[in-house]
Amino acid sequence: MPELKFTKDHECVSVEGDTATIGITEYAQHALGDLVYVELPKKGATFTKGAHFAVVESVKTAAEVYTPVSGEIIAVNDDLSGDPELIKTSFEAGWIAKIKMTDAAEVSALMDQTAYDAYLKTLD
Amino acid sequence: MKKTPLHAKHLALSAKMGEFAGYDMPLYYADGVLKEHGWVRAHAGIFDVSHMGQIMLSGKGVAEFLESLTPSAFTNAKPFVAKYTVLLNPQGGIIDDLIVTRLNEETFFVVINAGCKEKDIAWITSKLPDDVNLRIMNDRALVAVQGPEAERVMREALDVDTSELKYMRLLEHGACTISRLGYTGDDGFELSVPQEDAETLWSRLLAHEAVKPIGLAARDSLRLEMGYCLYGHDIDDTTTPLEADLAWVMRKENPPTFPEPQRKRVGVKLTGKGIAREGVEIFDRAGTKKIGTLTSGTFSPTLKQAVGQGYVEIGFAEIGTEIAVKVRDNMIDAVIEKMPFVEAKTKK
Repeated sequence: MPELKFTKDHECVSVEGDTATIGITEYAQHALGDLVYVELPKKGATFTKGAHFAVVESVKTAAEVYTPVSGEIIAVNDDLSGDPELIKTSFEAGWIAKIKMTDAAEVSALMDQTAYDAYLKTLD
Repeated sequence: MKKTPLHAKHLALSAKMGEFAGYDMPLYYADGVLKEHGWVRAHAGIFDVSHMGQIMLSGKGVAEFLESLTPSAFTNAKPFVAKYTVLLNPQGGIIDDLIVTRLNEETFFVVINAGCKEKDIAWITSKLPDDVNLRIMNDRALVAVQGPEAERVMREALDVDTSELKYMRLLEHGACTISRLGYTGDDGFELSVPQEDAETLWSRLLAHEAVKPIGLAARDSLRLEMGYCLYGHDIDDTTTPLEADLAWVMRKENPPTFPEPQRKRVGVKLTGKGIAREGVEIFDRAGTKKIGTLTSGTFSPTLKQAVGQGYVEIGFAEIGTEIAVKVRDNMIDAVIEKMPFVEAKTKK
């Protein structure tokens, strides 16, 4: 799997060609606590960078997930409907959606692991 | 932020802390809210609820005074019987909901919400007759022990036999009081103790194999499954007891009167997928007419389904009425459901 990229809102992205697979980071998973529901986007829907495309819900709160890239949803992880806690197992099992990007250059604005780790240190 | 006498215990347990009513309180511990919720329903959980207000009202005419503050009966109240009631403002709105227990002819023990302490005490003080005294028990802690194994825990961890204590009854035990009631709908107790004894009490309870510490997050999901009100959300200064479906707290003789309610507090169960929370708008099933607003809502860990409560126009309040709730941009099918959502298992 390609190297993961990260956003300040704690999404993580894996890019292969023009396809971005989006999930949420361990930091976000930990902050939310027990997950009980994931609202997935519809296949074929289009989003622009920064729009919320999914919602991850714990007992206490609902957290919107923002897409860091623009494009069309070409796949969603339906396994999350029956088992929202799957998000926490691994990125391979717990990804949320795949987007066919319309502007691959948007990826360059994202943080790599080193930059994201440094960013996390500035929080709390 | 204010701290309860058990604050250090929560930190020692690595609780996820958060602010509630000005206090730094445990939201959940290492197991997380779902496991904590399930543990209370199956075993016994302990909750630090020392942020709540404990007051003592005493003196000649105190029962009549309580009847002037609330719509409930107190002049004929038997000693050691706890009652749920509400403080009313002149418009009939609810200032707070509270538990009042008569200790003797001229003394009542009152537990009020943490977030309402200041306004309740100011209100009661402003109405206080010359012969009645109000004492704020700032030197007390309050610990709840809740769950089907609570009675066994009381016996084995604290050497207190509660087998004869009925639901909504209070037992005096040295400097402590033990009330068989709670906010979970399971069997259980609330223990009012001198604050210097709180840590010892907590440790003895926690050492029992059936006990786990439970945070405010599970306290909220547990009470929601029972349809209990959370003050400031499901009831407030603008809701009357009739609107709030709390007519059962009313005394038979000379109760106060209220305007005919145009809206009513109801239970809402989602039949479609999703979770509806406080503030979500409630619609008719067609989704064309707004009929109310949700005042609480979450995922029920017991039912594995989203439930909530809210106010709807009186014409839509009947059990079984099909409605919809608007979550973000989605209309989700829901139904007016009888509360409690989960069967209460309080002591018979």
